[in-house]
Amino acid sequence: MTALRNDVARLGAEGVTVGYADRVVLDNLDVSIPTGVITTVIGPNGCGKSTLLRTLSRLLKPSRGTVLLDGHDIARLRTRDVAKKMGLLPQTPIAPEGLTVADLVARGRHPHQSWVRQWSSDDADVVAEALRMTGVADLAHRPVDSLSGGQRQRVWISMTLAQGTDLLLLDEPTTYLDLAHAIDVIDLVDDLHEGGCTIVMVLHDLNLAVRYSDNLIVMKSGSIVAQGHPSEVITSELLLDTFGLQAKVIDDPVSERPLIVPIGRTHVVPKSDQERG
Amino acid sequence: MSAQMHPGVRVGGWSWVWRPWIALVTVLLAAATFLVFCVSISVGDFTIELTAVVKTLVGQGERVDEFVIMDLRMPRALVGLIAGLALGISGALTQSIARNPLASPDVLGITSGASATAVFVVTASGGAAIGGSLGLPAAALLGGLLTGFLVYFLAWKKGIDGFRLILIGVSVNAAMQALTTWLLALADIRDVARAQAWLVGSLNARSWTEVWTSLWLAAALVLVVLFVSFQLKPMHFGDDVAAGLGVRHSAVRAVLLLCAVLLASVAVSAAGPVPFIALVAPQIAMRLQRSPVPPLVASGLFGAVLLISSDLIARTVLPGGLPVGIVTAIIGGPFLVYLLVRANLKRSA
Repeated sequence: MTALRNDVARLGAEGVTVGYADRVVLDNLDVSIPTGVITTVIGPNGCGKSTLLRTLSRLLKPSRGTVLLDGHDIARLRTRDVAKKMGLLPQTPIAPEGLTVADLVARGRHPHQSWVRQWSSDDADVVAEALRMTGVADLAHRPVDSLSGGQRQRVWISMTLAQGTDLLLLDEPTTYLDLAHAIDVIDLVDDLHEGGCTIVMVLHDLNLAVRYSDNLIVMKSGSIVAQGHPSEVITSELLLDTFGLQAKVIDDPVSERPLIVPIGRTHVVPKSDQERG
Repeated sequence: MSAQMHPGVRVGGWSWVWRPWIALVTVLLAAATFLVFCVSISVGDFTIELTAVVKTLVGQGERVDEFVIMDLRMPRALVGLIAGLALGISGALTQSIARNPLASPDVLGITSGASATAVFVVTASGGAAIGGSLGLPAAALLGGLLTGFLVYFLAWKKGIDGFRLILIGVSVNAAMQALTTWLLALADIRDVARAQAWLVGSLNARSWTEVWTSLWLAAALVLVVLFVSFQLKPMHFGDDVAAGLGVRHSAVRAVLLLCAVLLASVAVSAAGPVPFIALVAPQIAMRLQRSPVPPLVASGLFGAVLLISSDLIARTVLPGGLPVGIVTAIIGGPFLVYLLVRANLKRSA
């Protein structure tokens, strides 16, 4: 777990404790996010994975410990300066009815703007590029509420991209999307990573997390139980221990990653038949 | 590429988005405001021609006109302008912050809170002593502010949720109206008549002192609002997105809500609790500008147009000098029903 040291990490947490009113969600947790790769936080419901992401993105203030961004305590930085370094896509963003895609994505420039400087030529260029990279340039004049779920998620990612940071935090970017759209969105995330972005995200779908991440953070009851490359981390023991999931981990026929095959109570052929097939 | 986006207006290091339609509507609304303002001055016991009104306003009028316009009719028109602007902007702010078209200062109880204290001053002073030029506005401001704090405090639950804010506001509104009724029931009959006339909302018999107080307060507040409003833009996407874009959303919300409450209270202190302007103006301005969120400047201008022309209707069409509040209620009531029906349809869709 300490293989990835803080001096190479741009974002990390040291001894953070985070809780709501009476419940401690994260207890004295250390984590560091390796630069230039996709890190995905996984874990069963209520394990604190979203809380970790919200803490790293300074949406939640830890009661103890510090979150470090480029070596600085994030709580002491101006929120505007943080926004210039780190883009964030929360779980349920709201778009006012009738707002166009171009206007939404343009809002991503906010941290770089001021009262007298509301739309510079830089802004126009960056927004055009963000629209192009996420494949929503053709939708620029459509109202966001007229789009499909997958398109909408692309637009929000586009806005985060227009922020012009190379560090992106995405909270469940594939929620509510069908599998085809989920793959589409996460392929886009992978493109951004190829383009040099450091990405931290929370995902529910384990196989998507395994396929697309270079670094997995596995959480259970507010602590990190494993961290590293999916091939090293994902074992049937870990799945049983953390998720209470009976599963077989096999080689993915289409990628060089493991594939999780869950074993439920029903529809499972006896072992002897499996070997014959 | 750039054809997909709004072009920019750039002068030196300064730059803005150029949206021709929004600019056009704003200019037209400003022209409409000036027009009804002049018409309001021209209409009275005897009519002064519009050209004469404009001439006098730019300081080139006849002396007779000057007296009637500057001393007699101008205060009334100015109070309409200030109160309309203040209510429009106040409504646009509260609707934006609550992300709900029903969240206007009259629905949230701010205006009735301001009136309750004002009525208290009128009835308790037993005469013009405190209820004069300064006491009434001060009381209305204080009342609006206290009610604003009360609503905010009661609606606060790990942050502000728009729907909760409205529910709390509706109940506080009812409580404040009950308080007003109670104060009136206890009061001397002559004070009741005075308070009642003021309570319906009226631009009648305004003096220059009242005008100056409201003008300076409103101007200062509008400047603050326009300055902070830049930070309001990302807040339409929810608190988390706003925080991600570097906005200190709690601070921005607190400052803008405070301004909204004070603007509504200034309007109430100047013109009485004129109903529905703050609710209707931002919603219509939004539709005129085809804007997805209530526009601040256009809402203010439309509020002024609405209030001054309602006053004109009250003075000319309706019999016996009915107060302006009656007219705005006639316009605003159906509009509120329309918004409610629309909200219901959307929820069930």
